[in-house]
Amino acid sequence: MNVETKLGLDVFKIDKDAHIIIDQEICRSCEDKFCLYVCPGKLYSVNRETGEMEVECSGCLECGSCRIACIHGALEWNYARGGFGIQYRFG
Amino acid sequence: MTDADEEKVEVVVVGAGLAGLSAAYVLAQAGVDTVVVERGDYPGAKNVTGGRIYMHPLRHYLPDLWDDAPLERHVTRETLTMMAEGSSTAITLDSDRFREEPYHSYTILRSNFDRWFGDKVAEAGAFVLPKYRADDVLMEDGRVVGIVMGGEDEIRGDVVVAADGVLSLMAERAGLRQVQQPKHYAVSAKEVIELPAKSIEERFNLGPGEGAAQLYFGTLTKGMLGGGFIYTNKDSISLGLVVGIEALMEREPKIEVHEILEDFKARPEIRNLVADGEIVEYSAHAIPEGGINAMPKLYSDGIVVIGEAAGLGLNMLITVRGMEFAVASGVLAAEAIIKAREKGDYSAGSLAYYEELLKDSFALQDLETFRHVLGFMENPRLFNFYPQAVCDIFTELMWIDENPKPKISTTVIREGVGKFLNWSTIKDGLRVLRI
Repeated sequence: MNVETKLGLDVFKIDKDAHIIIDQEICRSCEDKFCLYVCPGKLYSVNRETGEMEVECSGCLECGSCRIACIHGALEWNYARGGFGIQYRFG
Repeated sequence: MTDADEEKVEVVVVGAGLAGLSAAYVLAQAGVDTVVVERGDYPGAKNVTGGRIYMHPLRHYLPDLWDDAPLERHVTRETLTMMAEGSSTAITLDSDRFREEPYHSYTILRSNFDRWFGDKVAEAGAFVLPKYRADDVLMEDGRVVGIVMGGEDEIRGDVVVAADGVLSLMAERAGLRQVQQPKHYAVSAKEVIELPAKSIEERFNLGPGEGAAQLYFGTLTKGMLGGGFIYTNKDSISLGLVVGIEALMEREPKIEVHEILEDFKARPEIRNLVADGEIVEYSAHAIPEGGINAMPKLYSDGIVVIGEAAGLGLNMLITVRGMEFAVASGVLAAEAIIKAREKGDYSAGSLAYYEELLKDSFALQDLETFRHVLGFMENPRLFNFYPQAVCDIFTELMWIDENPKPKISTTVIREGVGKFLNWSTIKDGLRVLRI
């Protein structure tokens, strides 16, 4: 089963505002792009047309691995707003 | 809460996990005016474990609380498996001691458990406020005087208990922790896979209500720090893996966390255990692996830090611990707060008593005792060379074909001495002695 399908099994309450803000200037000069590998939800991707780093916040498991791995400081990272984001039924 | 911009309580606990709820429970029972702020829809909505919980420390710190707790299965079989390419060697401990009540450990699903615990805390008299995210600590004259939450609301308190988990933005914003280093953390991904209780008991050789805990290390993490796990719940299996974040960042060629999990699941040893099961949830969590070397400052004026927020976790490859540290630190922080309240002094000097209590407890003592364990586990040989060597020796011993077999001693000496006796492995042996 691919990771998108797995995320589809989870309960998310989707906020209109993103809780992770990416500093594109930092990402442009970043050759590491660790976020692409450490995110268990595979939520980071580089937009083929614009070359910008994108994150799909609505599937975020709020583990914070990207926050720890982005040593270049491109992420303004917060948890999803109260009452939004992942709501684990098993945990 | 939105009607009043400002509330004042005695204690503001940030995070309704095991640490925060344990602190709030003790405080509420002592009649301390306590509010627990939780960003999820309910306690447990954001909380993930592997998981298995060791009960004896919990019973010590909060006696009589756990009798009707929604736990899964009591663990009677412990298995450690070394995985090589195309083979694996397992050691299983099945002990009657694990069948004696009160039981030693249980598998657990945190969403159920923490929700139950939240109700207990509310019954004890604390106010549990879900759906509010703590955004920042409120500082005045260099001391913490409360929190900002939900964008604009404030709750003031004599003391803030930062129980907001491994990333602890509260500890960071209060200046108690530096930026987190990738080498001190691992990422974990887990699936909950539903299976009928009968199938679980048959596949894992368990009696009714009995559970299995299985840890895996070796080639499944492709040379990186980490391992896999399986815990049997009542009618589901928790299956997942843990990989060091720095190891993932440095590895070439790159591999993604979910790919490692899929490869692990595809192994015949695992595939058959979860065959025909239905995945019902996918979860992830960052795990503190830095031990005592990566802890934040535990207190300051008007604030204490507990549980995973305080970096309290201990992965020793054969045991993975954290939740009992969370409960112990929560209870001890509450005791220190109650003492500070008697004096009317919530300064750092007064709250330092929490660290004293923690140092006297198993939590900090175990972290101190095993301070070298991360250094040992960063050794890639642990995850490729040794499991492969062990599996190769066993394969040699078990394999029968048309050729005459050498004496067992010859096989063991040839394979063992050839593989295990060299300078690298002797150094590794010496490092084991430091643990």
